[in-house]
Amino acid sequence: MITKRIIPCLDMTEGKVVKGIQFVNFRDAGDPVTLAKKYDEQGADELVFLDITATTENRNILLDVVRRTAKNVSIPFSVGGGIRSVEDMRLVLENGADKVAVNTGAFNNPGLIADCANYFGRQCVILSLDARQIKKGRWNVFINGGKTDTGVSAVEWAKKAVLLGAGEILLTSIDTDGMKKGFDVELTKLISKNVNVPIIASGGAGKIEDFYEIFKKGKADAALAASLFHFGELTINQVKNYLKNRDIPVRSI
Amino acid sequence: MIAIIDYGLGNLGSVKNTLDKLGVDSVISKSKKDIEKADGLILPGVGSARQGMENLKNRKLDKILVNEIKKGKPFLGICLGMQLLFSESKEGNSKCLNVIEGTVKEFSSEVKVPQIGWNMVEQKTESELFKNIPRNSSFYFVNSFYCLPDDKSLIFGETEYGVNFCSILIKENIVATQFHPEKSGQVGRQFIKNFIKLI
Repeated sequence: MITKRIIPCLDMTEGKVVKGIQFVNFRDAGDPVTLAKKYDEQGADELVFLDITATTENRNILLDVVRRTAKNVSIPFSVGGGIRSVEDMRLVLENGADKVAVNTGAFNNPGLIADCANYFGRQCVILSLDARQIKKGRWNVFINGGKTDTGVSAVEWAKKAVLLGAGEILLTSIDTDGMKKGFDVELTKLISKNVNVPIIASGGAGKIEDFYEIFKKGKADAALAASLFHFGELTINQVKNYLKNRDIPVRSI
Repeated sequence: MIAIIDYGLGNLGSVKNTLDKLGVDSVISKSKKDIEKADGLILPGVGSARQGMENLKNRKLDKILVNEIKKGKPFLGICLGMQLLFSESKEGNSKCLNVIEGTVKEFSSEVKVPQIGWNMVEQKTESELFKNIPRNSSFYFVNSFYCLPDDKSLIFGETEYGVNFCSILIKENIVATQFHPEKSGQVGRQFIKNFIKLI
């Protein structure tokens, strides 16, 4: 049976891991490669690096982090932030990443998803979707680091992106991000029901029960968390033991 | 010396990184000379079967690999590198290398496709390849298609994803895995180490 994945997320700027609340107010959490190695040893199933500023200068620092991570960890990792072209994606993959997440670049140019899927296979292409609830039962896609409301429904964009070739969706709820009051169960369940690719739920993990909830009720295939792990409030192992005792299949090491 | 076959698909670097960590001499190459000289071959790969076969043919690697396999050289096929060994793949209805009789089929839409993540491998037969690997360990999978060998006795490991499918196959000098040992942490590294020891 396939196991549910626990994924620490490393939001980066200028080569350092930072963590924000609702996409602002960032706080320093240390060296990415050191953290990546630690999470690999602790039993993380995968890692995600997000370059949250994605300037040209940061790009080179990011590629260096990708190279060093590839040499030092033995689990898969994904990279996102500022991916605008097949060439951007190629550079990240060539430096050792396994998957690449596209967000604003793909929303503005949906053909990017199809192009990347054709070149590298859809298993390499993650749609990173940031959503915010605008009324009951309706979530919109937000781009530009959560700043711009596109007016487009999250469900519709998710479906379209999967048709174009996205092999997985990293779904972040802006409403719950950094609030530590639990994942957005309703949103995750809605997207998971509407597309037939794995869903990584992101935003809001605050306590161990939240992970159970997002798998059991939210129908997520993976759960992503940042500050909880970075600041040592929970270890990967604690989360996995908790889930295992409640019959959620997880990989133990 | 191990030759990791470079056919323009897949994350060849991660296989090389694993071999480096194990202290095993290896080269990423598409040259006939390197491949013929190597003590063992690894064919990694992610992507589509059609593209995979096209790339092998364009580089004239298809015949070289089949020859080396038939000569008995130890060979490890990973993911797409496993599927390409079969007679044919339903992915783009591609004719493949045909060193293993059987076909490659897509998962049904009752499960999420692609399969992405860690899934358990049930060991069907004893093998030195499982040395120091706990029974029923999980390995990392990324696949939409799976292999159906005609000869079921070749199945050494099986995994459940909507169906029970062949996740490890062994035929004489050929070892093939649907999962990515190079991305499967400690157990994956041990698996590659065990394969190297058989050489």
